[in-house]
Order: sequence, then C-alpha cells, then structure tokens
Amino acid sequence: MSDTVQDPPVKPVKGRGPTFVTRFLESRHLGWAGLAIGLLAPFVIATPYAMDVMTSAVVFVMLAVGLNIVVGYCGLLDLGYAAFFAVGAYTSGVLSTELKIPLLATVPAVIVVTVLAGVIIGGPTLRLRSDYLAIVTLGFGEIIRITANNLSITGGPSGIYGIPGLFGDATSSQVVFYYAVLLIVAVAVLLAARLGRSRLGRAWRFVREDEDAAEAMGINTYKVKLAAYIAGAVWGGLAGVLFAAQLSAISPASFTFLQSALVLMAVVLGGMGSTPGVVLGAIVISLLPEVLRGLADYRFFAFGVLLIIVMIARPQGLWPHRSRER
Amino acid sequence: MSQLIWNGLFVGSFYALVALGYSMVYGIIKLLNFAHGDLYMLGAFSGFAMLGAMGGLVRSSSLVALFVVLILTMVATGLSGVVIERVAYRPLRGAPRLSLLITAVGASFALEYGTRIVAGPNPKVYQVRLDGTALHVLGALITWQQLALMAVSIVLMVALNLLITRTRQGRAMRAIAQDPKACLLMGIDVDKVISRTFFIGSALAGAAGVMAGGYYGKIDFLMGFIIGLKAFTAAVIGGIGNIPGTMLGGLLLGLLESFGTHFVGGQWRDVFAFAFLILFLTVRPTGLLGERVTERV
Repeated sequence: MSDTVQDPPVKPVKGRGPTFVTRFLESRHLGWAGLAIGLLAPFVIATPYAMDVMTSAVVFVMLAVGLNIVVGYCGLLDLGYAAFFAVGAYTSGVLSTELKIPLLATVPAVIVVTVLAGVIIGGPTLRLRSDYLAIVTLGFGEIIRITANNLSITGGPSGIYGIPGLFGDATSSQVVFYYAVLLIVAVAVLLAARLGRSRLGRAWRFVREDEDAAEAMGINTYKVKLAAYIAGAVWGGLAGVLFAAQLSAISPASFTFLQSALVLMAVVLGGMGSTPGVVLGAIVISLLPEVLRGLADYRFFAFGVLLIIVMIARPQGLWPHRSRER
Repeated sequence: MSQLIWNGLFVGSFYALVALGYSMVYGIIKLLNFAHGDLYMLGAFSGFAMLGAMGGLVRSSSLVALFVVLILTMVATGLSGVVIERVAYRPLRGAPRLSLLITAVGASFALEYGTRIVAGPNPKVYQVRLDGTALHVLGALITWQQLALMAVSIVLMVALNLLITRTRQGRAMRAIAQDPKACLLMGIDVDKVISRTFFIGSALAGAAGVMAGGYYGKIDFLMGFIIGLKAFTAAVIGGIGNIPGTMLGGLLLGLLESFGTHFVGGQWRDVFAFAFLILFLTVRPTGLLGERVTERV
C-alpha cells in the first residue's frame, strides 16, 4: 500500500520578485540621492526664511534618527526625547557663553553629559517592564524643562542668548551653516544606519522582537537596551548643539512634551527601524506646518488621530524596514 | 504643620481618584492609558459646558448644581472612555506593547487638541467657585467645600472598593487580571468587562475633573497632562494594579508634595514628585502594597 501513496511533486513557489519600486526603495544609492537633494536645495531656493526652515528640518532629521535607535531598533518607547535635546543644547550653550569658546569645542562635554543623563534615567528603569520606561521618560522630560526654567545658570524662563556659532563666529552666512549642518547630520544618519546593521544592531532588533528569546540566546538584554538608550541620548544631545547654533538662543519653551511627541510621530509615521523612512518622516513632519499654516489648530489633533490609524492599519509605517538578513 | 498635612490629604484625594482609573486599567489589560489624564480634563470641560447650560440654577444653589453636574459628567466621561477603548485599544489587543503605547499617546493628543478646537486655546473660568468660610481644626484652615469634596472622593473610592471585592462584576475583573484566556473559557465576556472597567475608571477621572474645576476655578486643555503623570506616580508608589495601594499612594504623594513644596519651594513641586517616581521605581518597583497579588484588579 505504502508504495502507491506518492508525495505530490513539490512545485517551487515562484514569487514575482521585487518590483521596480521595491528595488528602488531598497537601493543602496538612496542615501547618496537624499544627500544630493539636500546639497542642491539651496540652489533652488535660498531666501533667509527658506534656509532657516531647511536647517530646522535637517536638525529634526538628526533627532528622529536618534530616537529611531531607541524606539525603532530596540523597541523602547521614549516619550521624553526632548530632554536629551535640551541637555545637549543647554550644556553647549552654557559652556560656550560662560567660557567664550566655539560650540564645536563643547561637543566632548555634551557627549559626556548626555551619556550620564542616559545612564541616570535608563539605568534604573530599563530593568523594569518597558512601559514604565515610557512614563519615566515622560517625567524626565518635565524634570529637565522645569529645572531649566528654575535655575539661574540656564537663564530661567528667558533662557540663554548670544550663543556663538559652530566655529565661534556668530556672523557666518546661513548657507554655509546649512551645509555644515547637512554634512554633520548626513554622517550621523550614516552612523546610525551602520549601527543598526552591526552586531549590536542585530541584538537590538532581537530584543525588540522577543526579549526572553534574546536573553536565552545569551544576549545581555539590559546592557543592550542601555546601549540603545545611551546612543539615542548622544544623538539627541548633538542635535541640541546644532539647534543652539542655529537659533543662538534657547529657552525652556523649545523643549516641551510636544517636541518629543513630534519626533516620535516622525519615527512612527516613517517606519520604525527604517532609516530612509524615518528621514523622510522627519522632513515631512518639520515642513508640514510651513505648508499648512492656516490649519495650525487642527494639526496636532490630526497627528493624534493619525498615530492611532497608523498603529491599527499599518504599524510598520509608510516606508518599512526590510531585513536583508533573510 | 497640620495645615500642610491637611493640604496634602486634600490634593492627595484628587490624585487617588485619578490614579484609580490608571491602576484598574493597568491591572486588567496591562495598558498604560496615557489618555487617562485627558479624561480628567474632558470631565472638567464637560462640567463647564453643563454648568453653562444650566444657567440661573447655578447661582441659586451652587453646591447642589455642582453635584448634579458631577453625576452627569461621570456618565459622559465614562462613555468617552468606553469609546476610546473600543476605537483605539480593542483593535490592538494582542499587538506588541509598543503599538499600544503609541496608540495611547495618539489618543491623548487627539483628546487634548480636539478639546482645544472645540473650546478654544484660552483657559476657562468655572462658573461655580467653591470658597467658603473656613474652620479651624487643630490649627489648620479647612473649608466646608474642601470637606464636601473630600467626602465625595472617599464615598467614590469606598464604592469602587466594594464593587471590586463584593460583586460578580468585580470578581470578573479580578479574574481577567489573572488570566484573560481562562476567563474566556469560563464564559466571561472579557470585552464587556474591559469596557466597563474603562467606564468606571474614566468616570472617576471625570469626577475629579469637575471637582478640580470647581475648586481651582480655572481649566485649560492641557490640565490633564501633569495630573496624569502625577496619578501614575501615585499608582506606582502604592503598587500599580492594587486598589487600596493606589488610594494610599495618592494620599502619600499629596503629603510628599505638600511638605516638599513647603521646604524646597513651589517651583520645584513637579520635579519633586517625578523624582520620587524614579526613586520608587529604582528602590521598590512593586510599590508599597504591590506584593498582594491576590487582590489585584
């Protein structure tokens, strides 16, 4: 009997293969194309207002890429990301105005301080369930903002002004500054993307997908999560330096929960864990208010509704990450 | 001294009312409902709208009017809570925790800025202001209105505790907290019970909102943000998911803040409270009464 039962011949399932669009979206040259668009933008429009908006957008990209390390790669919800932005901006602002040094010279100090802040907040809370982290970071964001509001060294509610430019000259042209910021941010985006594909990056994704399994495979999940949190903190702090250099004045009003939520929105909308998606999301979120000036009242309401819809209908975001390691 | 204690207990009873909703929802479906603080704000605004609609009646007998509005608002915010759960959270049951948290942030945003669109960005002044003659008790100034509000909070909390420990409904909630899948097998309509939990929690937050509106006299669309954080802190201090613990945590947070404000200064009040949150999560993440797992809701 048994010889009559034959296994049906296995037909190889033939997929359609990647379409042109998919191949384009995953192209390795996409980053260069994005950089080229950024480099060429001032040739199209270079009014002071446009340069200001574009510089802000690029700084926002840096923030979003930093938060993407925490939320996208590692799956930890950080609702107080503006706190690291503030820590970076205030550290560099205070040091450069008190010591009369250019902003770039404060970068080592900024890195040290943001790493410390990351350890202080992440250290105790990353051992707990991930949702505790969300609310602690929310509280931390408020603590930093209120502290900056109350201390005298941070200038109180009116903040710090007269911060020198990146190279110590407050009078450098907007276009030069834009290119400097663009190059710094491009390097930061590249670094974050490389970090996401490194050994540590794979560990982050593993922890995000299944923490217990990751632990069982010998990953020290606590250390790995802390590393993601600290990396996010450093990226946020450096974005703060750029922000201080751009505005040459900072005040606590720039670092509210709204700011954190907007960065989160960019990451979620673009696609958590996907570098091109997050960059695009950040550009859209930062340029949108300039385009839709009249709808300012409805903007945040729409953001809230959009967050819910994206999570229910398309949790991977508009431009999701596709793993190359299958 | 006794004034500080009284102030702390009074503010703490507000925190406890809001924190209870947080704690119940967390206990049952392990979701941090960020929109909870905004339901408190919604309660204050719907109370404001109702008082406006009642017009002349408010002036003649303000405390009675406020009481009627309190009941109606509890129903209104309770239903809003149910709608939020149905629209935003139920489709994601079983989804990764991160998606749920992000949805909760989205719901909070939608409520805050939706209210802003409807009511406008400027703070509103409540029609009813509760400030009356003060009594001197052991050196502390206590007004009748404070006593009335505190009595209402205590009645609500005791009623909630009875509901959870003594009724079928409460038993179903406690069962779901332990094992939702088994509950489904035992014939409990899990979705319905979760809906009711949201109703109760949101109604309590709405009640606190109306009382805060009547007491502080000023409401705005972002008032729920800080109180939501504080309520969470209270829930963590007491032991999140544990009802008596949450009440205790609320009162304790009120006392801590009252004394902290006195000794450190008012502008540091919120920093003080959140620093306590981080401290508690480091030292004792289960909270003061968190170990009694059998009583969890």
